[in-house]
Amino acid sequence: MLDDFLLRAALAGLAVALAAGPLGCLVVWRRIAYFGDATSHAAILGVALALALQIPVLAGVLAAALAVALAVSGLGGRYYGADTLLGVAAHSGLALGLVAIALTAPASVSVESFLFGEILAVGRSDLVVIWLGALAILGGLAWRWSALLTATVNPELAQAAGFDPRREQLLMTCALALLVAVALKVVGALLITAMLVIPAAAARPLARSPEAMALIATALSVAAVGLGIWASWRLDSPTGPTIVSAAAGLFVVVQAVRPVLRRGSWF
Amino acid sequence: MTLPADALIRTEGLRLDRGGQRVLWDIDLTLRRGEVVTIVGPNGSGKTTLLRLLIGALVPTAGRLRRAPGLRLGYVPQKLRLDPTLPLTVDRFLGLPRRVPADAAARALQRVGMAGAAGRQVAALSGGQTQRVMLARALLGAPDLLILDEATQGLDQPGEAAFYRLIDEVRRTLGCGVLMVSHDLHVVMSASDRVICLNGHICCEGAPQAVSDAPEYRALFGIGTGGALALYQHAHDHHHDHGHEHDHGHGHDHDHGPAHARPDTDSEGADSEGTVSEGAGFEGAGR
Ligand SMILES: Nc1ncnc2c1ncn2[C@@H]1O[C@H](COP(=O)(O)OP(=O)(O)O)[C@@H](O)[C@H]1O
Ligand SMILES: [Mg+2]
Repeated sequence: MLDDFLLRAALAGLAVALAAGPLGCLVVWRRIAYFGDATSHAAILGVALALALQIPVLAGVLAAALAVALAVSGLGGRYYGADTLLGVAAHSGLALGLVAIALTAPASVSVESFLFGEILAVGRSDLVVIWLGALAILGGLAWRWSALLTATVNPELAQAAGFDPRREQLLMTCALALLVAVALKVVGALLITAMLVIPAAAARPLARSPEAMALIATALSVAAVGLGIWASWRLDSPTGPTIVSAAAGLFVVVQAVRPVLRRGSWF
Repeated sequence: MTLPADALIRTEGLRLDRGGQRVLWDIDLTLRRGEVVTIVGPNGSGKTTLLRLLIGALVPTAGRLRRAPGLRLGYVPQKLRLDPTLPLTVDRFLGLPRRVPADAAARALQRVGMAGAAGRQVAALSGGQTQRVMLARALLGAPDLLILDEATQGLDQPGEAAFYRLIDEVRRTLGCGVLMVSHDLHVVMSASDRVICLNGHICCEGAPQAVSDAPEYRALFGIGTGGALALYQHAHDHHHDHGHEHDHGHGHDHDHGPAHARPDTDSEGADSEGTVSEGAGFEGAGR
């Protein structure tokens, strides 16, 4: 039995999985998982902003995520490594956002739905926005793939080949902010980075080329969404966390079968 | 500032500050087609920083820089630093950012002594093999200017000699300019048309012999009145020192053992083993 809301949930999850696969690979290759955290935690601030200004939540989230992402991209300085500063930004953003929501939101607003998503409540218009966002991310990544990959391998090689690595970084930043905005309803602010990092990490031992890894990560991500929605329906568990648990399960399975696959990598 | 007809890059009064400190200053430089120019200088003298300025990866604090319109750059960085989570075969790497035909890739690998390595993972290569593959990639772009940052680090002795022969051949066949950074002072002297001695600013420059006789150069590298032999021994000593602060006060007078037993510059201990066993020089070293 496939209820209408389950179908909408599956389609929303599919869109996020398709965008998160390749974007997540770039995130792990560039070691910017903390950057993903800082951006996605800013979404909570964005929710508070939207509630206070009475603008659509999606607009508030996109604005906050983009602002924080631009502010913290390329951080790192004399006294701190980039990961330390991003850790500071990620966690203070989350704390501030929670405080701001408590101060501005009416009692009827559930903070939990923003932290962990509410994929089963995705409506028709949400679905359109989520798909548009996901397709924009995929289009942007496909358009700049070669330059992005070169800049990821070595920024100076990209520079010498006539691409500005800062431009590619800006594209990554915008793609991440957009993903945060569309995935908020699906997995929630706390688990968006998980959907970026876990499928990509699971795909790594199975791939011999960057493109293969992006495809495998996408496939695993789609599988995690399907498994997660099914399991949460059967177990009556929160859907976002169940999807991420399914992704974690796939990661463990890949680790377990890795010695078997070792002799001939598939791709 | 005008660009002479055969000039590829020209700078005037280039200056770069980082963290409130001047790293490079008063850099006036013109690189020409068909010319091999080598930058020598102690650790931290700004060699890598100058190359990064020239390719546009850093923005100068002051001064002017002009590149010939449509200039194609081939760049070999000091180190690749590939993240192990990024699966990348040698042939995919050669096709970054623009894919290249398989036969062209195979020929480029052959040229640098890495024939048959197309399917190997870049992360699994030794330091010297990675340098060779990066050189092959740079050559595939048919560069007007080839820029190499300590490209012979990690290469074994025959590999290094073959490397300089290849650079000379590339310069003749492509007619490109070559700018390299090197610690191999004794090799530099024979392989370059012009040597630039850098220590934040250009201390002296000119034909290799003229530079090696210049008092600024000899002061910078701590060469006394011992002549060519002292120069060689110093250059040799240089390698053992690499990675530490330079200590020019002593150690130039005694022998440092057989020339072939040099450790790698800048690379991990594991690399030196791999590259020494490659042995065969630039042809047939790739398995
Ligand atoms: N990212 C950076 N921030 C601040 N200073 C730097 C940075 N990179 C290099 N430097 C400084 O610039 C100087 C030149 O460095 P570099 O060009 O790498 O030297 P070389 O290649 O000649 O060994 C050094 O003193 C170094 O401390
Ligand atoms: Mg250097």
